[in-house]
Amino acid sequence: MSQDRLPVLPTDAPPSEPARLLGRFKPKLLLHEDHDLCPGCGEPVAIRLLLDVVEELGCAKSCIGVVGIGCYTAFTSAMDVDLVQALHGRAPSVATGAKRMQPDKLIFTLQGDGDMVNEGLQEVIHTAARGESLTCVLINNGVFGETGGHMTSTTVLGQRTKNSLEGRDAAYHGHPILIGDMLAPLGGTAYVARGSVHDAASVVKTKNMLRRAFEAQLEGRGFSFVEILTMCPTGWFVPTAEGPGYLDSVLGAVHATGELKNAERLVTTAELLAAAESAAGERGD
Amino acid sequence: MTRRLMEGSEAMAEAAIVAGCRFFAGYPMTPFTEVLESFAEKLPEAGGVCINAESELEAVGMAWGALATGARAATGSTGQGLSLMQESLSEITRAELPLVVFHMARGQGDYFQATRGGGHGDYRQIVLAPADVREAVELTQLAFDLADRWRNPVHIYGDFLLAHTSEAVSVEPLSFDPLPPKGWAVDGSLGGTGRSRNINPIGMQKGVKGIEPESFWKRLQAKHDAMAEREARVDTEQVEDAEVVVVAFGSLARTARYVVRELRREGQRVGLVRPVTLWPFPAEAVAQAAAGARCVAVLEQNAGQMIDDVRLAVLGAAPVAAIGGISSDDAGFGVGPIFDPDNVRRRVESALSNEVAA
Repeated sequence: MSQDRLPVLPTDAPPSEPARLLGRFKPKLLLHEDHDLCPGCGEPVAIRLLLDVVEELGCAKSCIGVVGIGCYTAFTSAMDVDLVQALHGRAPSVATGAKRMQPDKLIFTLQGDGDMVNEGLQEVIHTAARGESLTCVLINNGVFGETGGHMTSTTVLGQRTKNSLEGRDAAYHGHPILIGDMLAPLGGTAYVARGSVHDAASVVKTKNMLRRAFEAQLEGRGFSFVEILTMCPTGWFVPTAEGPGYLDSVLGAVHATGELKNAERLVTTAELLAAAESAAGERGD
Repeated sequence: MTRRLMEGSEAMAEAAIVAGCRFFAGYPMTPFTEVLESFAEKLPEAGGVCINAESELEAVGMAWGALATGARAATGSTGQGLSLMQESLSEITRAELPLVVFHMARGQGDYFQATRGGGHGDYRQIVLAPADVREAVELTQLAFDLADRWRNPVHIYGDFLLAHTSEAVSVEPLSFDPLPPKGWAVDGSLGGTGRSRNINPIGMQKGVKGIEPESFWKRLQAKHDAMAEREARVDTEQVEDAEVVVVAFGSLARTARYVVRELRREGQRVGLVRPVTLWPFPAEAVAQAAAGARCVAVLEQNAGQMIDDVRLAVLGAAPVAAIGGISSDDAGFGVGPIFDPDNVRRRVESALSNEVAA
């Protein structure tokens, strides 16, 4: 997306008609819209989708969120759902304890890529493998935004950050982790998807993913996971207006969007044991 | 009242369930392992949940989530596992969640870890140190009450001997003063009302942008000061005219008590101060006992940790001498020859005859 395609209001003459309010777009589950997130940040869009889906599913009064540490954390005080603030990396275990004590509630976690994929990687993997009936939401911008643009485990090869100045080099910095792809094959996962918020079409798709993930939880099908690619022009060191394009062409090229798994139900232990026995029988063990 | 022969670990799990604990998560490590086993066996029958966590980090995280919903929940570990948990322990204290921690140490070398903690920031946690299984049953129930009353973590400092000693005990529910309702707990019911809650460790408030760190920290400090003032517990024995005051806690205090009584019967002027709370440390009782004593003899199974608190309590009013020391079995579980009454007797006698360096 280039600068000249953006609508620019002329400021050399007064407008032909005075400003008027066309509509209110504040999500119902948001207490206020005052925040300190940067221009062009994708996190408020992702949070908006999350709140809208909770509300549309009729779960506002039966929902507990567990949030991690990132730029969005200060903004969570505006989210009008019951929340628990976890340590960096620890939201999935905290959510597990909450779900086990409140099994009828809709439980979600909200973490960034540094939080989930760096600091607390084992938490999300084990929670997924246990088939814990909750929904983990990752907002992935491929960078530590809050610290000012440092490399995370999802930073793509070639991406410049403050500690990969010449671009992430596989030989020196290692490879990015595609967390959704890692979680999808696990026996406990019912729904795994990766969406984005870089344009209107991707926003709509991502909202549908969140809805399907929550439905998987409400139907008791197992662990569900939605990764949302979000813009971070500040942390990427690109002009604000180039954020969506950069997301699509750089992050999106590696962390491909789409549904990775949508299981009707989890396979039971009895079925797995029966399958193993019949396989052994066929081998003549 | 039926008494049953039970190991300390099993008795503590039963006492926790009697106290209303419905969630437990842990990672095996001796001597905490047996506590975890007991919860795994008993909690589901009581309608609770026990999770074999992937690590101590997840164990304390899971307990955190259960506590946030208002449930009584506990975790625990041993030395290294508790070291791993320190970040969460300090943060949970600031989130004001009533966690109970079964701090099953290998010996008494983790006194500092329990009473100071290795986490970040200004925080305090109550530490209860039972000397035997009967007392462990009582203090476990007290731990859940104190945790809820102060909305603060409470540790129970045990060891291999407490976990594995079988004693005939009765696990009867104790009654405590009524507690305020947990209006702060999240059950998900207040979303969309403008009154939804946010349990967090930085004093963040819903609907309010920004935080006020200084007033938040000062409020916590005031709470911890009040805990320090009100919750010190101590057991003293024959200290009024004692020339030598022995200070000992936990399993080793049991041996000390036996030796002090034996020496008293023989006419020796010796007494015992046994801190029941390691934090807050019963400084006043120690200072009182030390007034007029010829020597305050600190018997602890480590290189010298509680002795710092004793010195701070005595403030030079009497000589303070270490008569304990490092003592372990070959397996490293902290069951050393120091627990032998003859051994302890020789050490107390050396204090009586001025043979120890203060």
